[in-house]
Amino acid sequence: MLSYALRRLLGAIPTIFIIITAAFFMMRIAPGGPFDQERTLEATVMENLNATFGLDRPLWQQYGMYLGNLLRGDMGPSFIYRDMRVQEILGEGLPVSVQLGLTALVLALAVGALLGTLAALRQNSSTDYAVIAVATFGITVPNFVVAPVLSLVFAVMLSWLPAQGWGEARQMVLPVIALALPQVAIVARLVRGAMIEALRSDHVRTARAYGLPARMVVLKHALRAAILPAVSYLGPAAAALLTGSIVVEQVFNLPGIGRYFVQGALNRDYTLVMGTVVIVAVFVVVFNLIVDLLYALLDPRVRYD
Amino acid sequence: MTDLANPAPEIAAGEGTAGRSLWAVAMMRLRRNRAAMASLVVLVLMALAGIFGPMVAPHDYSEVYPEFVKVPPSLAPYPQQDQIVPAAEEALARARVEIASIEVGGGGVTIMVTSESREIDPRITRYLDRSDVFSGSEMVEVSGDGLSATMRADVRELYFIAGTDANGRDLFSRILISLRISLMIGALATGVALVIGVLYGATAGFVGGRLDNVMMRVVDILYSLPFVFFVILLVVFFGRNVVLMFIAVGAVEWLDMARIVRGQTLSLRRREFVQAAESLGVRSRDIVRRHIIPNTLGTVIIYMTLMIPKVILLESFLSFLGLGVQEPLTSLGVLIAEGAKNMRNAPFMLFWPAATMTVLLFALNFLGDGLRDALDPKDR
Repeated sequence: MLSYALRRLLGAIPTIFIIITAAFFMMRIAPGGPFDQERTLEATVMENLNATFGLDRPLWQQYGMYLGNLLRGDMGPSFIYRDMRVQEILGEGLPVSVQLGLTALVLALAVGALLGTLAALRQNSSTDYAVIAVATFGITVPNFVVAPVLSLVFAVMLSWLPAQGWGEARQMVLPVIALALPQVAIVARLVRGAMIEALRSDHVRTARAYGLPARMVVLKHALRAAILPAVSYLGPAAAALLTGSIVVEQVFNLPGIGRYFVQGALNRDYTLVMGTVVIVAVFVVVFNLIVDLLYALLDPRVRYD
Repeated sequence: MTDLANPAPEIAAGEGTAGRSLWAVAMMRLRRNRAAMASLVVLVLMALAGIFGPMVAPHDYSEVYPEFVKVPPSLAPYPQQDQIVPAAEEALARARVEIASIEVGGGGVTIMVTSESREIDPRITRYLDRSDVFSGSEMVEVSGDGLSATMRADVRELYFIAGTDANGRDLFSRILISLRISLMIGALATGVALVIGVLYGATAGFVGGRLDNVMMRVVDILYSLPFVFFVILLVVFFGRNVVLMFIAVGAVEWLDMARIVRGQTLSLRRREFVQAAESLGVRSRDIVRRHIIPNTLGTVIIYMTLMIPKVILLESFLSFLGLGVQEPLTSLGVLIAEGAKNMRNAPFMLFWPAATMTVLLFALNFLGDGLRDALDPKDR
């Protein structure tokens, strides 16, 4: 298991490398630069700026330097936020985004599994149809619609919860719901389908035949099989949460890293954008790895040797 | 020779039961699915609204009415009765005359103005015309000494059934044009994804062997990339034009299509009619074009109808972030983003675009699911 994890991590290095390389060169081929402003700077100032940030060197040298610095844990200076290293900027926002994303992920798994199980246990009942309706809604309506509408209804009209800000638990409620809702829907649908199948499977019938209490059969034997598709969805879900948090952070005005991505790209803040890309790449790769390891834990038929 | 003679009776039998082709059966099954049929009707209406709506809408989507910023939706015409007098006062504020009385009636206003020192310039009626509220203003009567006058102007009745946005543009017209943009991008980007995906998948599946391995390995790697981030980078860096959006969105969505078509091709490749074509010396390219691709169409159509909402969603997501369609053109994503900014004092600005988007996506998803059920050869 451990050697498999290590091998997978090593295998992930090329993927991350490709992502970084593609992002780096795509950004540099693009027209415009970080110091293009409405007021054009004097030629000498421009030269000095370019020299300071190493932009006057050949592109491949810059690329090599960036990779070298990255290996030493330095993401370089931000071009727009003066006197800030990129790791400092992202270090401030990352806890917010991670807290938001993980809470939403846990919520999505818990609520989604619960709804899916309930629907499967009472197949074709009104509970089942209600869950299907919620799931269809959650999958269809994107979070850039859900987030502003939630904010409109619960913050502006009813004033139950704050519309923006970060720090208090109350301020987390709406963003987490907005972020989790589409994932809840997908998880519920996956679990419902797998649970219906699991309830008909031999090992569940055996457990029932032994006279185990119904709750135990469902929770311990059926759910374990039924949660598998939802677990394998975690990898894509992590990516979806990351992109979703761009929207949610913007709507609820949260100090996460989502806004740095769009803002940084618009400002041609090369190092800041690269920083976010690296973080996203690492996240996606790590989540895919976690998924595979969880699979082995949940499904004894899967073995990594 | 006997091999060739065998299939003939089957073909004859197939022709004997006319009207039971794959498509006829699929249509029949689709017609029984009420949600899908309702969605189809909604979609056709929305498409018609998108295509012809902007042509017949009472307002141009980019026309600004400075007097009517963020007015709430109303079936009654604007200006409302109590708005006419302030509007006239505001319009004449710079005419340097005293307003003696303003009477509203008969589809217009009659305004009596006086001046203490100077003669009234008859050209001040232009101040009225400049406002969006009035039109066809004229001097009815000027008194002998020129110090008082009566003016008349028609009140222009404007209907904003969905209200106006933060710049005073008719929201209904803007929703119509954004429907057009969204549906257009949905169709075109799906087309791009379709062409790339089908050609790529069919080639990989047909050629097979090492090339297949390499091509599918590339798809696997691309799959693991956080692609939406690349689309954002692409759109930000290379200018925000609509064509690029098609390519960017299409480039993300073709991966699924490639995998599906490859799978189909692999099974088709071993079928007799492909082998027959091969033995007759048909070039590989033509076999793929004439035999493989047409036979994957059923599956491809299913995934296409499910891809359209995804594409529309991606475009709206980019537009929501301000990276998509640019002003004065608009799309549902832009309208929702603007609505979110103004929801405190103009909640309808969020409500109508969000409702339109929701209905559109629901209709597309239901129709996609319905088509999948109808065309699925497994539960026939």
